[in-house]
Amino acid sequence: MRFVGYLAMGVAAALAAGQAGAGTLDDVKKRGSLLCGVTTGLAGFAAPNDKGEWAGFDVDVCRAVAAAVFGDATKVKYVPTTAVSRFPALQSGEVDLLSRNTTWTYDRDVKLGFDFVGVSFYDGQGFMVKKGLNVKSALQLNGATVCVQTGTSTELNLADYFRANKMSYKPVIYEKADEIRVAYDQGRCDVYTTDRSGLAAQRTQMSKPDDHVVLPEVISKEPLGPLVRHGDNQWGDVVRWAFNAMIIAEEKGITAANVDQVKASSQDPEVRRLLGVEGDFGTRLSLENDWPYKVIKQVGNIGESYERHIGPKTPIGLDRGVNNLWSSGGLVYSPPYR
Amino acid sequence: MAVRGIEARGGRRNGLAFLYDARVRAICYQVLTVLLFLLAVGYLAHNTLQNLATRGIASGFKFLYQPTGFGLAMSLLPYDELSSYGRSYLVGVLNTLLVASLGVVLATLLGFLVGIARLSNNWLLSRLAGMYVELVRNVPLLLQILLLYFGVLQTLPSLRESLSIGGVVFLNIRGVFAPAPILQSGFAAIPIAFAVAVAASFWIWRWARRRQRETGQPFQTGWAAAALLLGLPAVAALLTGMPVSFEYPVLQGFNFQGGFVIIPEFVALLAALVLYTAAFIGEVVRAGILAVSHGQTEAARSLGLGDGQTLRLVVIPQALRVIVPPLTSQYLNLTKNSSLAAAVGFPDVVQIFSGTVLNQTGQAIECVAMVMLVYFTISLSISFFMNWYNRRIALVER
Ligand SMILES: N[C@@H](CCC(=O)N[C@@H](CS)C(=O)NCC(=O)O)C(=O)O
Repeated sequence: MRFVGYLAMGVAAALAAGQAGAGTLDDVKKRGSLLCGVTTGLAGFAAPNDKGEWAGFDVDVCRAVAAAVFGDATKVKYVPTTAVSRFPALQSGEVDLLSRNTTWTYDRDVKLGFDFVGVSFYDGQGFMVKKGLNVKSALQLNGATVCVQTGTSTELNLADYFRANKMSYKPVIYEKADEIRVAYDQGRCDVYTTDRSGLAAQRTQMSKPDDHVVLPEVISKEPLGPLVRHGDNQWGDVVRWAFNAMIIAEEKGITAANVDQVKASSQDPEVRRLLGVEGDFGTRLSLENDWPYKVIKQVGNIGESYERHIGPKTPIGLDRGVNNLWSSGGLVYSPPYR
Repeated sequence: MAVRGIEARGGRRNGLAFLYDARVRAICYQVLTVLLFLLAVGYLAHNTLQNLATRGIASGFKFLYQPTGFGLAMSLLPYDELSSYGRSYLVGVLNTLLVASLGVVLATLLGFLVGIARLSNNWLLSRLAGMYVELVRNVPLLLQILLLYFGVLQTLPSLRESLSIGGVVFLNIRGVFAPAPILQSGFAAIPIAFAVAVAASFWIWRWARRRQRETGQPFQTGWAAAALLLGLPAVAALLTGMPVSFEYPVLQGFNFQGGFVIIPEFVALLAALVLYTAAFIGEVVRAGILAVSHGQTEAARSLGLGDGQTLRLVVIPQALRVIVPPLTSQYLNLTKNSSLAAAVGFPDVVQIFSGTVLNQTGQAIECVAMVMLVYFTISLSISFFMNWYNRRIALVER
């Protein structure tokens, strides 16, 4: 299956006559749906819900983009990708955008030919072990067998960390997140390492979630965010601002529930611009003037999405912490809509 | 000739007359075709490079010298995260070759047994073989690999509850841990003795064949060879005072330390490939044997040959002619199917190179091409060898 993707990519790269794959927005509009690359299933971030519809924090970015482009958040075709298949999928045009807990790194930005449009979740890599092992710190892991997903920044950080601390480890390397989960759960490895958000999500799916602890060490920075192909700036702008609109909405206290009321009554100029009441800002992206209104109405603001899928009240139970708005002591911040 | 002929008849025509020569024209067409082909390839290559550049994707093979930064679960070469991408390629190729070659040998052995068992007069045996073939052939290979891995090997006891065989070999969810031989000085005598035994066995085999041809006296070559192959190295080992010691695996900290380990990812992949391919080979063998007319068996019997001899000396050599060509495709299938390794995390060349490396470097075209080269080479080698073998055993018509 994967080979088909590569082949398509090779052929596409060979035939496309020297243009930088511009025009994704037109392609998406013509197609009538957005092709959004997500995980093969990671609870809270992207997984089919009990109705069989994709849902999650990462999925909401796809929905926001579809709401901005079509005024309809459901016009998305979700393409499940593994850590390995995600990049060829984006490079070859199999997907229009990746929203798949992907870390923004120098190499991916510069060498792989992508543009990250923002950070949706500030994360770091951690380790999970069984409580029974009585391990309290990652520095006690010398000689451990570690389950890790291939094609990730995780496997590189892992090697770096053990080398820097003069420890050895035995890697067991899988391609799919659920394979790792099963293998770790059954005891193939002592340690499961990935982004701490991923650990929290995976833990909820273990046979006995309470039997596992996440060790205190955070060994890397993992800014996760949506990304598009390098070179198509118009499309990059669409995705970036669809995402930013969710942040601005939270800053302004606009939610899916109150957006109509705010639209009717707000006197805040930025809010009026955002909701398409004043000016023609929306159309400058070649979209409907009130596209942010549709994003907020159908998807909600970033805080709502967080609380709905991964927040403390969900099984994933991630405190908002650094992923709070800047105005609440976090790192989440959007440039102004003006 | 022809050119002159035309000129002779149409001397008034211009100097392009040679164009009417069929041979010249044929060459022209071929040159033209090659030129067009090269142009097309050049155009595509140029376009590809340019597109990669505009999209900001790196290209070229320089990355092969860069350190990978990731670890691997199994390697036949010294490898760590500071090793180069080029080295990880070699590791992957060797792992693929290991699975494929062991797979081919084991699947052939099992396949022949199954094929013969299916034709056995023993009702139970032939039914069992038949059931095995139907069951295995009709379930997708990927499912079988996953079943073997997650359903069987991953349900073995945990590390701390390992099954122990005599306190030296341990079996658990992380694989088989066995003592590793450590060679001491004087060890060389053993392989030398073995080599001598091989040479001697070969010589005996030729001598026995000649004697049988000349005098009709058979000789138990098999037993003699077995005695030599086992006996000579054993004698050498005794004489040199057992120059091998063993390092035993001991449970220490997180894992067994020392000894050597066979990881379950490898076992699952190899076992599934062997079981699956053997079912097909079994059918190939059965068809081959059935293709030998029954009269041959009856004739052999009436000459007084026993069951085994009839099979070995009369039926199989003739059946091989039917068996070998489809056997070749089974070998090719097995090799290519070994790329399902990624499903259980066995680091074959596909998982390492068109998986991890491709992902870390983003150089899809280079990585996929290098992986294709591996399969291309292996497949062609298998084909060449089998074709050679096929010609060798082909019926020599008089
Ligand atoms: N952030 C890391 C890791 C991303 C990643 O693949 N995480 C895993 C484990 S949390 C995952 O989401 N897997 C889901 C899947 O393979 O479908 C990266 O970008 O390389």
